[in-house]
Amino acid sequence: MVRVARSDAERAAVRTGIAVGAATGAYGISFGALSVAAGLDIWQTVVLSAVMFTGGSQFALVGVLASGGLAAGPVAIASAVLLGSRNALYSIRMAPIVGGGPLRRIAAAWITIDESTAVATAQTEPRAQRLGFWVAGCAVFVGWNAMTVVGAVIGDRLGDVRQYGLDAAAAAAFLGLLWPRLREAQPIAVAVGAAVVATAFTPLVPPGVPVLAAALVAVLVGAANVFARPAGSPGGGGGGAPGTDGTVAAEVGEGER
Amino acid sequence: MTAWHIVLLASIACAAIKLIGYAVPPAVLEKPAPARIANLLTVALLSALIAVQTLGQGAAVVLDARVPALLVAALLYAVRVPFIVVVIAAAGVAAAVRALA
Repeated sequence: MVRVARSDAERAAVRTGIAVGAATGAYGISFGALSVAAGLDIWQTVVLSAVMFTGGSQFALVGVLASGGLAAGPVAIASAVLLGSRNALYSIRMAPIVGGGPLRRIAAAWITIDESTAVATAQTEPRAQRLGFWVAGCAVFVGWNAMTVVGAVIGDRLGDVRQYGLDAAAAAAFLGLLWPRLREAQPIAVAVGAAVVATAFTPLVPPGVPVLAAALVAVLVGAANVFARPAGSPGGGGGGAPGTDGTVAAEVGEGER
Repeated sequence: MTAWHIVLLASIACAAIKLIGYAVPPAVLEKPAPARIANLLTVALLSALIAVQTLGQGAAVVLDARVPALLVAALLYAVRVPFIVVVIAAAGVAAAVRALA
């Protein structure tokens, strides 16, 4: 970064990255509060935001622990990992943009999430893509971690969280992550099927397991590729980089601003 | 399993997933099925978590203040209200319903 003069495209990428970081950081508060409400302490909450650093998985982990306690630990871990599997797709996509040696890739992997990928793929120039990725990733990291601490401290002092409706806030937070993904028939069908399966399994199996059972809906529908858009999409909804472009772009477009 | 075990195991696993992507050849993305399943997996898990968080009470399925809260949240997302506002509003609805009940 010795070059001072930047093109308009690069300045736009920086601005978008910072804006996305500020908006995303704000809901780190809700994660911090929900995490301590689920029974984790402030330090455990801080480690989750710093090391795991992928919001959906963090919410999933504390969500399962909130309903099942420490006994649901293995299921909570499995939920978080499955939900984080999309980040591997983002990494594959970002690798050529990031370039560089092993150290740079490790740093890039740390901040490879919905938001940094979305900002990068929204740019057209290669330099702007790279800049957008790093600025958005770092801005979200700083904001998310700072606000997690704020939320954890506030949550710690609240006492009975149900009185403040924090349990409903968790469901609303998941809905906010899901909403931008419900653009086509296939994901909508999967969402409905997964909700039905999870609810039906709730009285039958230990807490957390219904969520994993619902994941099978995605595997079945995805493997068979049913409910795909019928006409006008060669390869049945496939393409160059299936899902990643549309999905993350939709998230920045609606979810974060 | 202590809370620290759970936190550390899950954190390291999720960080490792991100790293794996940088070691995988980009050709993987050209096969539609794995990418499609991974994206649908996100949808299924989020939807299942919503269902469990809204209707689950331990091993029971109950209808309580969380249901109207989630409906209000859906309505607000539909008219593009920002995430943090919706989350606070949902908590407010649930708290209000409980206070009145």
